[in-house]
Amino acid sequence: MGKKFLLEHVNVPGIAAYEVYRKHGGYNSVEKALKSMTRDQLIEEVKFSGLRGRGGAGFPAGMKWSFLDQKSDKPKYLVCNADESEPGTFKDRYLMERLPHLLIEGMIVSSYALGARTSFIYVRGEYMYVLRILEKAIEEAYAAGFLGKNILGTDYSLDLYVHPGAGAYICGEETALLESLEGKRGLPRLKPPFPAIAGLYASPTVVNNVETIASVPCIVNISADLYNDVGIGKSTGTKLISASGHINKPGVYEIELGIPVEEFIYSDEYCGGIWKGRKLKAVVAGGSSVPILPANLILKTAKGEPRLMTYESLADGGFATGTMLGSGGFVVMDDSTCIVRNTWTYSRFYHHESCGQCSPCREGTGWMEKVLHRIEHGHGTMKDIDLLADIARKIEGNTICPLGDAASWPVASAIRHFREEFEYHVKHPEKVVDPNHFEKEPFHSEKQHAIA
Amino acid sequence: MATVTIDGVTVEVPDGTTILNAARKIGGDLVPPAMCYYSTLKDSGGKCRVCLVKVAQGSAKDPRPMPKLMASCRTTVMDGMVVQSITSPEVLEARKSVVEFLLLNHPLDCPICDQAGECDLQNLAYKHGIAQTRYEEEKRTFEKIDIGDKIKLHMTRCILCYRCTFVANQLTDSRVHGIIGRGDASEISTYIEKAIDNDFSGNMIDVCPVGALTDKTFRFKSRVWFTKPLDAHRSCPKCSGKVVLWTKGEEVLRVSARTDEYNEVKEFICNDCRFEHKQLSDWTVEGPRHINRHSVIAQNHYEHVDLIKLKKEIERQIEFEKGKALPEPKNELSA
Repeated sequence: MGKKFLLEHVNVPGIAAYEVYRKHGGYNSVEKALKSMTRDQLIEEVKFSGLRGRGGAGFPAGMKWSFLDQKSDKPKYLVCNADESEPGTFKDRYLMERLPHLLIEGMIVSSYALGARTSFIYVRGEYMYVLRILEKAIEEAYAAGFLGKNILGTDYSLDLYVHPGAGAYICGEETALLESLEGKRGLPRLKPPFPAIAGLYASPTVVNNVETIASVPCIVNISADLYNDVGIGKSTGTKLISASGHINKPGVYEIELGIPVEEFIYSDEYCGGIWKGRKLKAVVAGGSSVPILPANLILKTAKGEPRLMTYESLADGGFATGTMLGSGGFVVMDDSTCIVRNTWTYSRFYHHESCGQCSPCREGTGWMEKVLHRIEHGHGTMKDIDLLADIARKIEGNTICPLGDAASWPVASAIRHFREEFEYHVKHPEKVVDPNHFEKEPFHSEKQHAIA
Repeated sequence: MATVTIDGVTVEVPDGTTILNAARKIGGDLVPPAMCYYSTLKDSGGKCRVCLVKVAQGSAKDPRPMPKLMASCRTTVMDGMVVQSITSPEVLEARKSVVEFLLLNHPLDCPICDQAGECDLQNLAYKHGIAQTRYEEEKRTFEKIDIGDKIKLHMTRCILCYRCTFVANQLTDSRVHGIIGRGDASEISTYIEKAIDNDFSGNMIDVCPVGALTDKTFRFKSRVWFTKPLDAHRSCPKCSGKVVLWTKGEEVLRVSARTDEYNEVKEFICNDCRFEHKQLSDWTVEGPRHINRHSVIAQNHYEHVDLIKLKKEIERQIEFEKGKALPEPKNELSA
């Protein structure tokens, strides 16, 4: 069994209630931080722990905190990004449902470290029931004196609010989230200025993912030293992985960063192998927007080393032969999966969720979806495959926010690794009429991607 | 002050100037095109992505290049910054692709569009675009809407530059229109059943880079290149009263605000001047309007012609054609 930092007590009955949570060591980090640590010490501690943003980009959290403009005379804000909308990712929901107090504890400690007197949790609109769980937990925390005026008799006061979004993927982008929180249309802002200088209400703001904030109490409790013992190199601590797709045991798993991908997929502790005794075809390792990898490249890097579940190892080889850990949405596909159909589904999502502010993304995502629809339904031509790759290349990097990149990466990588399959759709339109066309007769690649 | 080098030309500009404005200070071909940025509208820009430039050196202090192409209209200069506009093939390709994206769902109904001849998108496409489209699907269309009795909204032509919403925000006293919907279903719209009716709403027509918002008093009256623009003014209690009259004979077909070489209005005019004073006698005519931006309407100058200069220009052209054939226009996308 690997170490559990976040989900240690997740199976304790009634852990969502304050009393039970407190009994199992909950809110100890608040006491320790507020009574015995200064704000700078806390920031240093998080920096030293090597904790990286768990929302997708993997930016060091302590570094992000230290960028906050402390000299500003405006109030500072901490905003928790709970707008988890990446297809394939559902770890934050699990965490907030089961352990709402862990997030609140993290919010208190992090807000204290940043000097924020008001903090927000921005929950996506579809998580309305999660919002109710969180509101109940916040009420309990107020009643227990962990929120409100003069927490634990110190001179530190904090108000915590939960705010629901209205169901837009784009509001998971931090500046669009801030716009939405301010009550405006959720459109990403142009950077610079970065939120650390001018974020919510033009004040210095830090936006962190749920899992990032929930990891902070543990770092405070056990010390950064012990936290960064777990993991390999710059990938420290544990990470929640939302495993889904064609596996025997889908679900949310807390892993120690650094376990081999092969172990994660096949061991009984985690995914439990591919279902129905089929073969592994491809894996999307970090949520729908990261490049898809064929079986041979996800288990071993291009150099032949075993691939590990770390930020660095998954990114090994760049986008040519690598991918990203992203937000940890681990989607496994067996050999009955049609990659073209899967890419089309992703593309349809990004087309639907593009905010429409900047032209490459607004026009390009729809275009890609239409071309993919054509190919998947047997009306494509060989030229369309090149066209698709060209559109993806022209969206990438030319947009205001990363949604454009997120829309183009899955398409570009699918063509890069599974071009044969696209060509098959063009050459044999009669064979792809049935939507489950690879169900009965799996696609055989000459490259032999599939691994038993 | 900051010293910035754009395409090898160095210019000194005040701190906080954007790359685009620094380039405009230099002038010429290296100025990035702009479809959504508008110098007189605060917070505009950054959306169309056609003004992308490459920042090869961030500043003198931190000489690292910026990893992505930057929107020059919203990126401020730093001392010692080195920018590539037309000297970078990457930038030219990005601009070309943005033009392609903008034209994807644009109806290309220029032959029946009132904006033709003074359309920024037309000029941009002429300069950066390609002759064929690679888009085979059906284009997105919207119903035409009357917003108020003076303005027609033809949403199908819109490129969502957001300029008109900034006019609504910053010039008119009560905002009644904005953007609804998301992604490629976004549209400019008024609140339900609410027409646009206030003193400065007509400026939406001038700031619109395409034919999405057109003047209903001018629609289908004349092609713009058949009209003669005259500078004129009147004393107006609401605005500067400085306008351009677009005339045909004695008839004033249209009144618009004066725009600069980048087709941007510096002094907005009120609806009274724009729609209610369509007689030459209402105005003090100053003389012909010189249009010096790169557009078809800049071709037929009827103001005082410098014959000696003209003769020299014609001779130069003859010499040039004797020497070698004009280069073939390049219409293919570079692969």
